[in-house]
Amino acid sequence: MSAAAATLGRSPLPTQVGSLAGRSVLRTLRQPAMIVPSIAFPLFLLAVNSAGLEAATNIPGFPTDSYLTFILAFPFIQGALFATMNSGQALAEDIENGFFNRLALTPMRGSALIAGQLGGLVAIGLIQATVYLSVGLIAGGELAAGVLGVPVLFALSILIAIGFGGIGMFMAIRSGSGETVQGTFPLLFVLLFFSSISLPRNLIAEDWFRTVATINPVSYLIEGIRSLFVSGWDGEALALAFGIALALIVLSISVASHSLRNRLVRT
Amino acid sequence: MSGALGAYRSAALGIAWRSLHNVFTNPALLIPALIFPLFFLAAFAGGLSAVSDTPGFSYPPGYTTFIFGFVLLQASALGGVFTGFSIAADFQFGMGRRMLLATRNRTSIIVGYVLTAIVRVLVTWAVVTVVALLAGMNVGGGAAEIAALYALSLTVNTIALLFAAGIGLRLRTLQAGPLMQFPIFMVLFITPVYVPQALLAGWVATVADVNPLTLILNTNRELLAGIPAELALTYGVALGMLALLAAWAVTGMRSAEAAG
Repeated sequence: MSAAAATLGRSPLPTQVGSLAGRSVLRTLRQPAMIVPSIAFPLFLLAVNSAGLEAATNIPGFPTDSYLTFILAFPFIQGALFATMNSGQALAEDIENGFFNRLALTPMRGSALIAGQLGGLVAIGLIQATVYLSVGLIAGGELAAGVLGVPVLFALSILIAIGFGGIGMFMAIRSGSGETVQGTFPLLFVLLFFSSISLPRNLIAEDWFRTVATINPVSYLIEGIRSLFVSGWDGEALALAFGIALALIVLSISVASHSLRNRLVRT
Repeated sequence: MSGALGAYRSAALGIAWRSLHNVFTNPALLIPALIFPLFFLAAFAGGLSAVSDTPGFSYPPGYTTFIFGFVLLQASALGGVFTGFSIAADFQFGMGRRMLLATRNRTSIIVGYVLTAIVRVLVTWAVVTVVALLAGMNVGGGAAEIAALYALSLTVNTIALLFAAGIGLRLRTLQAGPLMQFPIFMVLFITPVYVPQALLAGWVATVADVNPLTLILNTNRELLAGIPAELALTYGVALGMLALLAAWAVTGMRSAEAAG
């Protein structure tokens, strides 16, 4: 039995969560391959889209004269999608290499495993949000909500990352395969592109696309983050974004917990 | 002499047949190459068509056709990269070594993969073109222009395959996948993807000016619209890239031979 597993065996829930969260954070920080793409790729697309679509600000009714400011929500959501893959991949590796089975032999609680895994997610989410915001502002973007908007932006982006991370954990626990988790990623990408990410919903010309974007919950997550950059404090957009992010967390963590119970029974 | 040529052709066709059999009997290999171009066509043509209303945007056939020019380029390039993944896998898991033993002239192995990439991309084009036409794409170019368009796209497909082959043969592991895919993805997106080149702003405008894929993308769109295109220059640039990357792939094969 490993030292971590031995500690878990005689400890209360907060200690179990702390141990597993510490391991998750360390493992994330020690693997540049997990951090670098999830930061570099969204920044690349931010740079390309902000320059390539600057002309879109000339569309009558466009809410800002800076496409960079408008599209700054993009890396936050894309980074959250990377969180799905990272958290799921980490857990799937634990299952594939037998660490999960060893944990199952200890009195560790399932909730501690989930909360601990999410610790790594929060760490990477904070790093991502700091980088995206810094690069965006240095490049000339504006944060209309001002300094007070920063903690709200960070809170919202981390809640979104946890929500999507829960989906990754669910996929990992259910399949026990890193390959399956990786395969889910493009499907989630579809949700990002079929949303109001590139244009405000009222300016999307194609009816079918506007309908899809309107029923796509990712649109409201984007619009919540975007409101802090473009319009300042938009209560409705923020309430919708926080509400959907919390609902996503409840839903994804619930299904992940349910799958975990089933897997622990099988183990 | 004819015996050597026959052996060369037989090896290339055998390798192509094996790779194609693998692709067309494995949905996990076939479907992404079909889905991704359709996804980008729907997302860009559907979500961004309002961009065609911006001042200075002039493309008579419409925004779906404008985006199709890019999607065709992207499908062709990524089709080549996906075949590069097969090369890396074959050399990682030992099939490549057997092919080296079985062929007299090792460039026939590369030619086999080129044929594979071509057949794969023909299927992707068929699907994407039919979907684009059903979605309302207008084509202003005549038969000669469309033939020139697909011939140019075939060149792009082979260029991307040779680039990926050079990496796959040097590194001989599937972990090299991002090294094949990411540079191509970056070069594709530093072109006038969403708006005409004249409307690009900032650093992308500067880089797009010297990006050879910008010339190919502009020519794609001109051929689709039936507008006079700089065909000689575009083909010259494309064939130059083809020659350079053929040398890159052949030296990659030498690296694989040296590694045994």
